[in-house]
Amino acid sequence: MDRSQGRTGGIASGTSTEPTTFTGNRALQIEEPLIFEMGQPGRCAVDLPEPPKVKERLNGLRRAGEIGLPGLAEPQVVQHYTRLSQKNYAIDMGVYPLGSCTMKHNPRINEKVARLPGIGDLHPLQPVSTVQGALELIDRLAHWLKTLTGMPAVAMSPAAGAHGEMCGMMAIAAALDARGERVRRKIVLAPESAHGTNPATAAALGFTVKPIPANERGRVDLAALKAALGPDVAAIMLTNPNTCGLFESEIVEISKAVHDAGAYFYCDGANFNAIVGRVRPGDLGVDCMHINLHKTFSTPHGGGGPGAGPVVLSAALAPYAPYPWIVKQGDAWTVAEDGAAVDGKPLGRLKAFHGQMGMFTRALAYIMSHGADGLKQAAEDAVLSANYVMAALGDIMTPAFDGPCMHEALFDDSFLKDTGVSTLDFAKAMIDEGYHPMTMYFPLVVHGAMLIEPTESVAKEDLDQFIGALRSLAERAKSGTAVEDFKAAPRFAPRRRLDETLAARKPILRWRPTNSFKQAAE
Amino acid sequence: MRYLPLTEVDRRDMLTKIGVRSVDELFKDVPLSARLGAKVAGLPDHQGELEVERAFQAYAARNLSPASAPSFLGAGAYRHHVPATVDYMIQRGEFLTSYTPYQPEITQGTLQYLFEFQTQITLLTAMEVANASMYDGSTGASEAVLMANRITRRSKALLSGGLHPQYRRIIETTGHWQGFSAVSGKPDAEGLEDLIAAVDKETSCVVVQNPSFFGHLRDFGKLAEACHAAGALLVVVVTEVISLGLIKPPGEMGADIVVCEGQSIGNGLGFGGPYVGLFATRDKYMRQMPGRLVGETVDADGKRGFVLTLSTREQHIRREKATSNICTNAGLCALAFTVHLTLLGEAGFRRLAELNHAKASELADRVAALPGVSVLNDSFFNEFTVRLPKPAAPVVEALAAKRILAGVPVSRLIPGDKSVENLLLMAATETATEQGMDPLIAGLKEVL
Repeated sequence: MDRSQGRTGGIASGTSTEPTTFTGNRALQIEEPLIFEMGQPGRCAVDLPEPPKVKERLNGLRRAGEIGLPGLAEPQVVQHYTRLSQKNYAIDMGVYPLGSCTMKHNPRINEKVARLPGIGDLHPLQPVSTVQGALELIDRLAHWLKTLTGMPAVAMSPAAGAHGEMCGMMAIAAALDARGERVRRKIVLAPESAHGTNPATAAALGFTVKPIPANERGRVDLAALKAALGPDVAAIMLTNPNTCGLFESEIVEISKAVHDAGAYFYCDGANFNAIVGRVRPGDLGVDCMHINLHKTFSTPHGGGGPGAGPVVLSAALAPYAPYPWIVKQGDAWTVAEDGAAVDGKPLGRLKAFHGQMGMFTRALAYIMSHGADGLKQAAEDAVLSANYVMAALGDIMTPAFDGPCMHEALFDDSFLKDTGVSTLDFAKAMIDEGYHPMTMYFPLVVHGAMLIEPTESVAKEDLDQFIGALRSLAERAKSGTAVEDFKAAPRFAPRRRLDETLAARKPILRWRPTNSFKQAAE
Repeated sequence: MRYLPLTEVDRRDMLTKIGVRSVDELFKDVPLSARLGAKVAGLPDHQGELEVERAFQAYAARNLSPASAPSFLGAGAYRHHVPATVDYMIQRGEFLTSYTPYQPEITQGTLQYLFEFQTQITLLTAMEVANASMYDGSTGASEAVLMANRITRRSKALLSGGLHPQYRRIIETTGHWQGFSAVSGKPDAEGLEDLIAAVDKETSCVVVQNPSFFGHLRDFGKLAEACHAAGALLVVVVTEVISLGLIKPPGEMGADIVVCEGQSIGNGLGFGGPYVGLFATRDKYMRQMPGRLVGETVDADGKRGFVLTLSTREQHIRREKATSNICTNAGLCALAFTVHLTLLGEAGFRRLAELNHAKASELADRVAALPGVSVLNDSFFNEFTVRLPKPAAPVVEALAAKRILAGVPVSRLIPGDKSVENLLLMAATETATEQGMDPLIAGLKEVL
């Protein structure tokens, strides 16, 4: 088989001036077809025994015809996914300053303990007498989360941050129900800078989302908030530190005003990494807050999940935590599942079984490794690193707000004004320098936003090189002589800029023998 | 602390550059009343790797691993052999420590495997389009109902009595708080339920499961026709995805949305999570799907590449008008799934399914031969329901004391219903052996 078939790499391109190779490969960058273009009948990467002959009990529903799965041998599978892996940027490769995502180091001991026999291979519905250690492990993590946040309860089952938001907002709806005020209180307030999940969650639960403006310091405008509060408001959804990387300095006044108006305070805990071990959200008047274990507590992001989003709850909301509840009866742990009597009125169930156990294990290993002292130090280093980036770039890029910031440094695009270079171009040029770009165009309240979150995991000399690269790019952009270079970036990545408009206009979401743009062009 | 690269000298230099004397000054926006003077009280300090590992070994030692005991547990989570290649691949740092592929030029690895994953799902389910994964099957089922409600502009879902009880409760919970009605059938232990008469002009969808929670195999072709005649959608849930290697797929029964729990392929039991939800539908409903989608395109040099697409459905663009609030999905579990399924291929996947059915048939015959015990199923894949002469939960407990995991008592998932008290769900996968079945049968004889 000619392995150059089924790919376009070897075809001379319209815009590139690079020399081509026969294979389309460039040394370690190897062009890789889809598995569906590699399969051969008769190949298989597993050896399974011949099934014994039995009386078939399929109700006449035996599957007919080919499924269409390709057959490959094990070495091909290993090579295929290894080659694909080499087309990815990752935390393990360098600075990954994706603001709001907390791309910190992922320790491998966490992977090891999550796979221990007796932890990684437990069935969720084993008799509870055979999983006492697992239940205690969940409770131990719950204890850390409650203590670090200063909150009395935590719902462990939500599968991700957005799922935790759903859980927290359902708990608020349940509390309003109990007060007979759910019909009346239909408004949820959220700053314009909020994560998109906040309005999406509130709207799904039938609330009307009303934006509250920010002041010139990038914080909630307290007077505007007070004016918006009334007997029709259910809750405020607020990220703190906020998405501009700033601590809401009037947070105590905000939560007091919210509570005085009979509403609840939902805190989006995406940015907890800045304050963990230094500030307890419970001391700020928070009623509930989801914790993204894949951010603050370092469970791997895995190319977009899995995550976990436990929600800490105030005494007012704790009774409504969904099933299951892990509870201790005498000396033994048990799981209170649907319908079981508990000290509360659970709002229902959000997920099968007991939550993202694999993430709990990793997060607890991370927490125990750091301890109370190490977590505090990590938060301080994260904040210190972000402020260092802000200070080192403040004269050449344009910080969106005056400092100090928390764990992320926000810049706007005014330093690029009239250069012909956009935030997108600037970000793509970072790729050629060997970095993952920062978060772009978020938060929406800042023009051409660039949100840089270095995290505590970067050595100072690496931060200095990163800063040097950004300074160099800013200088080149301002020089006015390199616009075409920026527009053409990235040049050294496995792919140049991709045509996203084409992808959306003519969606090809699966491989078929005849449907790709490649074949259309040939 | 081994994860923190900054030295005291670094910290001092950085503070100088910033122009402050101490890190406390960087936290000046925190209200005085909320500033902790010292670290959070009542929690231990940092520990070395050895101490951490020992602590987890101690947790593990207090559990009974299904790898060290005969195990016949199922009910939505199944123990299968996962080839070593799978875990090796998902632990490559380039996959493990990357994030959502927002920058496609440097995340083609993730994007291409998700495109392959989406294609595999359409093939398994015989559907036209699939997304890049959901949190798991249970949350995916609830998203399917929401999607059907959007498409039909109706708000009544009919839930089969053969649907996994926890999936049912999740849909009911979502319905209660998001404002749609979920009408549930009685537990269908015999596999005789007929929902056709219940479908009416207000029905947005009917949610069925195949094999059902109780293990029965059904053809839902007629039900699909009835749904479509009434303007409703048919949602088919599959909690044991390996069954699709042997059984007529939902797409050939007229399903409009298919949701599977993908755990059985590539993902260990993990005490219930993280798993991976598979979500597929018809092309015409593509833009109403929740979750991430990867599409093919070309780059500036005309080379094939992949990007996240149709994101105008999603929360980060549409905010309160999004089809779902989902942001993160189950990327790494999807990778495990796709690597394992690629290793299996057509021949391996089909044989694996045959093996599961054969092992379960063997187990069913042996259990049915016990006095006072009957198997309720005429049809099943790798799991079936057994009626015992006495309540199942204490029987399971008694066998657990002998280090045998006999199955899942139905009463654990449907508590307080006398009619299911004596029912036991038993599963046998390719991991089941005669050496494991012998003590189970002997143990059952003893405790019954």
